[in-house]
Amino acid sequence: MNQDEVVDALAGVSLFADLRRPQLEAVAHTFTEESFPQGQRILRQGFQGTGFYVIVDGEVAVHIDGEERARLGKGDFFGEMSVLLGEPPVADIVALGSLRVLHLSGPELPGFLRQYPPVMYRMLQAVARRLRNANRWRN
Amino acid sequence: MVVGSGPGGLQASYLLGRYGIKHAVISADPGPGGMFRRFPFFQRLLSWTKPNAPYPQGTREYEWYDWNSLLAVEPENRSVMPPLMDGTSEFPSRPEMEAGLRTFAERTGLAVRYGTRWESTSRDGEGFLLHTSDGDYRAGTLIFAVGVAEAWSPATNGIEHVSHYVDTLDASAYAGKRLFIMGKQNSGFELASGLLHVASRIILASPRPAQLSVNTHSLAGVRARYVQPWEDSNLGGGVFIVNATIERVERHADGITVHTRRSDNGEPFAAEVDSVIAATGFQCPLHDLTDLGVTVFGQSRLPSMTNFYESATVPGIFFAGTIGQGVAGLKKYGIPANSGAVQGARYNARLMVQHVAETRFGVVRPRPRIKAADAIDYLLTEATTAPELWNQKSYLARAVSTDGHTLHDEGIVSLADFVDSPGPDAVAITVETDETGDIHPAVYVRRHGRVDSDARLQNSPLHDYRTAAHRRELLALTRGIIRR
Repeated sequence: MNQDEVVDALAGVSLFADLRRPQLEAVAHTFTEESFPQGQRILRQGFQGTGFYVIVDGEVAVHIDGEERARLGKGDFFGEMSVLLGEPPVADIVALGSLRVLHLSGPELPGFLRQYPPVMYRMLQAVARRLRNANRWRN
Repeated sequence: MVVGSGPGGLQASYLLGRYGIKHAVISADPGPGGMFRRFPFFQRLLSWTKPNAPYPQGTREYEWYDWNSLLAVEPENRSVMPPLMDGTSEFPSRPEMEAGLRTFAERTGLAVRYGTRWESTSRDGEGFLLHTSDGDYRAGTLIFAVGVAEAWSPATNGIEHVSHYVDTLDASAYAGKRLFIMGKQNSGFELASGLLHVASRIILASPRPAQLSVNTHSLAGVRARYVQPWEDSNLGGGVFIVNATIERVERHADGITVHTRRSDNGEPFAAEVDSVIAATGFQCPLHDLTDLGVTVFGQSRLPSMTNFYESATVPGIFFAGTIGQGVAGLKKYGIPANSGAVQGARYNARLMVQHVAETRFGVVRPRPRIKAADAIDYLLTEATTAPELWNQKSYLARAVSTDGHTLHDEGIVSLADFVDSPGPDAVAITVETDETGDIHPAVYVRRHGRVDSDARLQNSPLHDYRTAAHRRELLALTRGIIRR
């Protein structure tokens, strides 16, 4: 994927919906593109030092204690909970096929969010949505 | 077949030979060395070979103090680099590195077919056909060690006025010139640091700020050897480091105008210069492998690979050398492994060839028994001295497994493969750095087919983990596996 394709992919990610093209280009340069084969864990339950990921192509499964709970695809993100809380992930994230992601290291995420407040707000909304859905399910 | 005669191809060929696996090596170059036949241009390498170290040259432990010699079993083929260096620096010059690779190839008798260019590839039943300038080669397994040195420049408006890093001229060609360098990674800084004494002005530009390795506590970022332009920029010494996106390059009678947009405020910023060099990047020259189904990713077009450097989509196609940087591993705290450099890639080649030998040539890996009484000390000694663990922190590990009665040495393993594969109860130890720069052993325990967490042992000022305290910690973590 060349840089333009990465920027186009980022433009489709709701987290970055408020960023203009030059900002998306800067974001594309800040993240590192990585690839994982089928079955590889990208986030590991209980492991330290994990980062933040945005899916640019492919699908992942979310496993908690060995059980699949959800799937994420192009445009979705994961890993922010561990970074925000400074705790190991509570779920495994496993590549369901060949996967391409953009990766930002844990230590860089806080600075990145502060640099792009609209992204931080959208992340806040996404996390609030998850909390509401979890409460609904519980009730 | 092995394609390439840089460090990756040479190391892979040597290891295949050790397994007695018949293979041929082709290279478009007239001689060995790969990228070190040309790069770096002005500066020394970024990988050390220390002639005086806590362990004697030629020993396994010494490999942590000599990042530039390829791996070999025979004493006369080990630690090739130290005698070839002039003794004025722990970093070899480019000619010294090239000489070291040539010496290794000659001494180990690697039969490389130089001047043979790989042109295209097709399938041949279960195997492959390599079409080369010397005719067709048929092979069941292909290993590409073709580097990531194919020049790549962005499709910027006016890019035809920009030369690429690979075409950099002698320093004298830039005397008195105003230079614009696109890119703020090691290649950009290498050029800048090599031209500080001749250029009249140097601008280094790219969209995001440069990272320095001394801040990342790793080899990621601009390395200390190349940091002088950064200091010059801080002091205002004719060097300007700018965060901006290059939009357009315009040539006119008196020089070149580079039109950019600043990353901080989005405002336009233009620079008048004499010469523009794109140190923006390099690609992996995979020719028509993508037509065969090999998927690639990233700006460098690296192949998507398994933990054993096999194409994730086309079995039988493997990669060696710097291309292995595409296998990220755990990358804890965002710290990458050294797979892009010789010191890491040489161990990755060992893992890859071992995997090829086991899965495609019927070789069975010995798993020597270890006495329970020795296992703890063995693991701690590995954490203290194993060059694989130090060169590839949090990426390679020493593993010991149990079948319920006996402990077995699994050897040096891929940590990512260990933590994600089912298998017998086992322990893997490696060395890791965290976000504060603290170096410590890390332990991964597999129970009931799963590795559920990581654990760290305490650090040590001289990185010696063979202490009673470390023994106690490791024992507690591995209860039920190492000792009942």
